[in-house]
This record gives sequence, structure tokens and C-alpha cells, in this order.
Amino acid sequence: MDRKRSSLNLFEDIDLNYKATELRLGLPGTDDQPEIKTSLSGNKRSSSEMESSTCTDENESRSASPTKEQVVGWPPVRSYRRNIVQGKKESSEMGSGMYVKVSMDGAPYLRKVDLKMYRSYEELMEGLQKMFKCIIGLYSEREGYNGSQHAPTYEDKDGDWMLVGDVPWEMFITSCKRLRIMKASEARGLDDSL
Amino acid sequence: MVYSLPEEVLEHVFSFITLDKDRNAVSLVCKSWYEIERWCRRRIFVGNCYAVSPSIMTRRFPEVRSVELKGKPHFADFNLVPEGWGGFACPWISEMSRAYPWLEEIRLKRMVVTDESLELISTSFKNFKVLVLSSCEGFSTDGLAAIAANCSEVMDLSGHWLSHFPNTCTSLESLNIACLGSEVSFSALERLVGRSPNLKILRLNRAVPLEKLSTLLCRAPQLVELGTGAYSSGIRSDVYSSLSKAFLGCKELKGLSGFWDVDPSYLLAFYSVCSRLTSLNLSYATIRSPDITKVISQCPNLQRLWVLDHVEDSGLNAVALSCKDLRELRVFPSDPYIADANVTLTEQGLVSVSEGCPKLQSVLYFCRQMSNSALITIARNRPNLICFRLCVIEPRAPDYLTLEPLDVGFGAIVEHCKELRRLSLSGLLTDRVFEYIGRHAKRLEMLSIAFAGNSDLGLHHVLSGCDGLRKLEIRDCPFGDKALLANVAKLETMRSLWMSSCAVSYGACKFLSQKMPMLNVEVIDENGSLDSRFDSCPVEKLYIYRTVAGPRSDMPGYIRTIDRDRVNTIS
Repeated sequence: MDRKRSSLNLFEDIDLNYKATELRLGLPGTDDQPEIKTSLSGNKRSSSEMESSTCTDENESRSASPTKEQVVGWPPVRSYRRNIVQGKKESSEMGSGMYVKVSMDGAPYLRKVDLKMYRSYEELMEGLQKMFKCIIGLYSEREGYNGSQHAPTYEDKDGDWMLVGDVPWEMFITSCKRLRIMKASEARGLDDSL
Repeated sequence: MVYSLPEEVLEHVFSFITLDKDRNAVSLVCKSWYEIERWCRRRIFVGNCYAVSPSIMTRRFPEVRSVELKGKPHFADFNLVPEGWGGFACPWISEMSRAYPWLEEIRLKRMVVTDESLELISTSFKNFKVLVLSSCEGFSTDGLAAIAANCSEVMDLSGHWLSHFPNTCTSLESLNIACLGSEVSFSALERLVGRSPNLKILRLNRAVPLEKLSTLLCRAPQLVELGTGAYSSGIRSDVYSSLSKAFLGCKELKGLSGFWDVDPSYLLAFYSVCSRLTSLNLSYATIRSPDITKVISQCPNLQRLWVLDHVEDSGLNAVALSCKDLRELRVFPSDPYIADANVTLTEQGLVSVSEGCPKLQSVLYFCRQMSNSALITIARNRPNLICFRLCVIEPRAPDYLTLEPLDVGFGAIVEHCKELRRLSLSGLLTDRVFEYIGRHAKRLEMLSIAFAGNSDLGLHHVLSGCDGLRKLEIRDCPFGDKALLANVAKLETMRSLWMSSCAVSYGACKFLSQKMPMLNVEVIDENGSLDSRFDSCPVEKLYIYRTVAGPRSDMPGYIRTIDRDRVNTIS
């Protein structure tokens, strides 16, 4: 029998005993899941749900899951609006991770920061400065971090050490693997070698 | 002896009548008015491309200058209409290229448009000025290049490839590349903008970096609407200052959109235009409520606001306080698929806006909880609502305070808002809500229903009560044959009816098709074979629409128009 055949629950109200008379198409042995009026998890099984699930394990598609993706076309949001936040989450959780190690030259141990807690470079700098009780200079495109003893750098996905601040914030948090707050004198060396 | 006005005079009088409704009324007065009117109608709107054939249109209206067509049903936006369904623009464009050499404008929505069709457009119409393709598919940048190259007079383009524009000054008024995924050559874009002094609307795509935006703005300070590209940058203090300076020069700017990947520190670069803004679309910007509030409180003249649910109730309170001219509010879900979005947007936000914004007419609101009392309050506050689309994200979610259905709340909406034209329902709803709708929603033209109702009675209330109903779309409701068969005549007064995952039987479809020759009854079934259906089998998806063009022949195999002639021979 075609696996994709759906089980149609034609009537919602259990009071009207339509279930006794309804014609249903379903895989042999499929359960009758009672419809509950109060909403629980987003797992209301509708025919479209069954159609859209391509997994072969019936139970898997019916087990409680936090995502609503199984109901086709619901909520009624156009596809280009669907991944606005999700896309960012996926890209930030994949591989690069949000918690990154931060080391500061001369400090006895490393710390970890969650990059997701910050929305911009300014906030990140503030956080780092508080955490390490240091002062990070002002960024300028030409000269890097001037006017202080420390400069923030990071290791990107390719393993290169980069100066923090050159690329847009979104790009930065997806490619940053770890941070290192360098002594300014060393950091200037970093700049000069470019 | 009856004097009649000379044709030229009547034509001149008719030229002031622009609404289709009125034009249609004029044409029904008498035969001579019909004739005169049909020769001087310049603008045609076809809401369902299968309701009439291209040749019927060109035969009746020989001197048309502007055509607007719509193809797929609205639920196609949410992936409910399968691939290959139809909506092909080609036969229309071929016929128009033959019959309307002076055509100036083509607007297509939810249609399939090929590169060949675009090339045909670009070479067929000497006076072509406007091409709008919204939610269309089937073409590539090759087709767009043809338009750009051949249409020297084109003033309004959407999503077109840049490098094929002629090198001289252009009369381009609108350029919208927001949907283009790829990067465009910035220098080509800059040059084009520089030689288009009439450019009023510019919508960039995400790939245009923020650093370049000020350059474009300096070349086009006359812009009325701007869609930015990505709105973030590395830490570069000069970006902010050059951006604010550029915005300062845009004295005509009234609408802003775009704002992908927003870095909040750049937000107030457009501070200087806020007081003039009438339209603001932040629905791609994942900035939090405090930042949104900061912007909104600078925009007292806002008429349209589109925003993500990150605006939260607090942001909407700010809207209620600051934006007294607001007409349209849309709040989109930032993360539609998780149960708890960690965003404090509740029914309260909408209630505040309904209280504070006296001109509010149009609402689209996604939220995770709603109550009858909130809906009643909104209805009482804003009886001038024309469009009310509420989506409580969890299907069948009850009033979160009382756990009752939301019947009474929506009932209040239709009772108080007497001019309501469009309504989308959600949450837990019984047949009762449809009783209210049938009784009160006399001006309702479009109704969207999902996961609602108990029985056919619900659908019957709607079909028998809503006098002005034109479009009805229903999914996952226990509506079956009875209501449809009791209201067959109603279906001919509507543009279309969509029902998916309901309980309509194949036999009822056949009966309907037999009884109503002016309807196309299309059955969609992707899973099984349409030929082996028993009468009692429920249909997966059903699309019924009135037509004078007969059954269509361009359907894929899984769609069948119930053929009236064959009905009698099938067992």
C-alpha cells in the first residue's frame, strides 16, 4: 500500500459520534488519536501533516516534537520569512559555536563568552573589558586598536588570526572560533605583517 | 423620439469612470453604452486567469493599455498548491502581443512567466512602461535582460538585471531587486542610479553592503522609497557618519524597507528622515524591542508599519503613543516553529494599538495567545477595521484565560466592524463563529479559515450569510458535502473556493460540476489515481471557480476538472 496515504480525521468533535460512521483511508493498524480541545504541543495530526512527512517510521512522525514544521503551510508565513531567525541560529550553532574561549595575554586562566549575548562589537568590547578588567582601545580601519594596551583578535574558521572589527558583526560571530586579547605591542606586529 | 448623446461625448464622460465595478455597470445600461464602453476601456483586471480566456478579453476590449492578471490561489503562498498547478502567463502574453500593440502595463501575480514570454513582451509593445511580477516564477535574468535592453521607455521594473540597460539617461522610476539572491555589480548599479533622474523607488537586495548605501543615496536624493541591503558593517565610524549625511540629503524619502542583518548601532543613521516616514518595513530586522521603540518614537507620521514580533508589547505601546496616523500594522513571527519564542508579544500589544491609533484599518498579527475579551476590546475600539487577519500560531488554541473557543471574540469583530472586507480566523473555533460571521459580515469579501468549526453547519452559515463573499479559502476543517450542495448558486457569485484537507467527497464534486456548468470543479490528488475514485472518497484538495472559458487543459496529471459529460458514464 502506498505509504503516503494519509489518515483523515474528518471530524473534530468527539461528541458527534461520526467516527463510528466515517470513511477513513489509513495504513492498516494506525491508531485513532483522540482530538483534544485544549492545545498541547504542536502535534495535531492533520492529513496534510501526514502527507508532508516523508519519514517511513509512522511513530516518529507522530511523537511529540517541539517543531511545528510537520504541518504544511502553517503558520501561514511565506517561505522567505521563515528563516529569519532560524537561519541565524543554524549558522551560528553549526560548528563555530556561540561559546568561545577567550584568552588574555598574561592572565592565569582562560574564560568563555557566549557571543550570542552580544548584538554588536561595542557590546562585546564592553563585556570583555568588564571580564578582564582591561581597556581595549578604539578601533579604526587604518590603525587597528589604538590608544590602549590591548587589542582583541580572533581565530577564524580557516585558523587565521584576525583583528576583531573588520567584518560585519553577523559574519564575525559565525566565523569566530576563539578570542585572544593581545598586548597592544604584539597586536601592532600583527597589523604590520599584513 | 429619444435623444441620445453623441458617442464622443459619452466616451468622454466614461473616461472619468475608472472603477471596474462602475465600468461594468455602465456596460449593462443598454447595447449602445456596452459598445461605447468596451471600445474605451483601457484597464483590465482579471482576478483569476482561468475565469476568462485571453481571446474573450481581447475580443470584447480592443483598446486596452493596462492588464493585471492573477494566477494561483492565495494558499500557494504557503505551499499548499502543488508544483505545476498552472497559472501560465504565456497564452495571455501571446494573445496580448497580437491584439494590443499599444499596451503599456502588465502586472502579474502568482503566475508562471517564462523567459520567452518576457522576450515577447520586450519586443511587442512600442509604448511599454510598466512590468510588475509579484510572486511569479519561471524566468531567469536572461528574460529580464531582454526587458531592460529593449524597453527604452520602461519606467517601473521589479527584479531586473542591470547591465542591459541602455547607456543613456533613462526614464526609470522604480527599480526593485530585493528578491535577487545574487550579488549585482555595484558599479553598474551606481551608474544606472546616477543616470536615472526620475528614480523614485529603489529597493536593493541583501547583497548590497551598507558601506555602499551612502554612495547610492547621494546619487539619488530624490528617492521616495528606499529598500536597504544588509544593514550592518564592521566597526567603521565613517560608515555611520556618511550614511547619516546621505540620509540628510533625502528630503523626499517617505518609505524605508530592507534592513536585513541589522546592526542596531547603525539604526539611527536615518534619524533625519524619521519625521517624514509614512511607511517602515522592519520585518527582516531581528533587533530587539528597545531599539525598535527608539526608532518608532521618532516617526509620528507613520501610516504603515511592518515589524517582527521582537517589537513586543512594549514596542507596540510606543506605536500607540507615537503613531497616531497609523493605518496598517503587520507583526510577523520571528520564529514560527517553536512553541515558546521567548518574546513578550501578546494580545495586549494589539489592544494598545487599537486604542491608540484611531485610523487603524488593516491588521496582520501573529501571536501565541489571544482572548475573547481582547478581541472584543479591539472590535469596540476600532469599528473602522477593513482587514483583520489574526494568526494564533498554535492551531485550535483556545482563549488562554477562559479556555473557551474564540467564537465570541471574532463575533465581536464582525459585529462592530461593519466595513470589514477581509478576515482570517485562527484559534479554537466552533460553528458558532460562523453563525456570527454569516449574520454580520455582510461586506466581507475574503475569508480564510483553518482548523476550525465542527460541522457543515459552519460552512453553511458562511455561504448563505456573507452576501459580498468573493474568495473563500479553507483548510483542515470538518466541512463536507452538505453545505456545498445546499449553496451551489452561491459559488457562481464568488471568484473562487479553495478547500483542502476537509471532508468533501468526490461524488459531491461530480454532482456540483453537473449542476453548475459555469463552474470549474478541480480536484487535486497528488497521492492516488483520480480515475479510481469512488464517489464516497474524500478529495484531498478542491478548487472551484466560476468561468466563462470552460475547463482548462493545462493541468498536470494529478488535477482533474470534473468533466460534466463523463459524469453520467462513470459508475
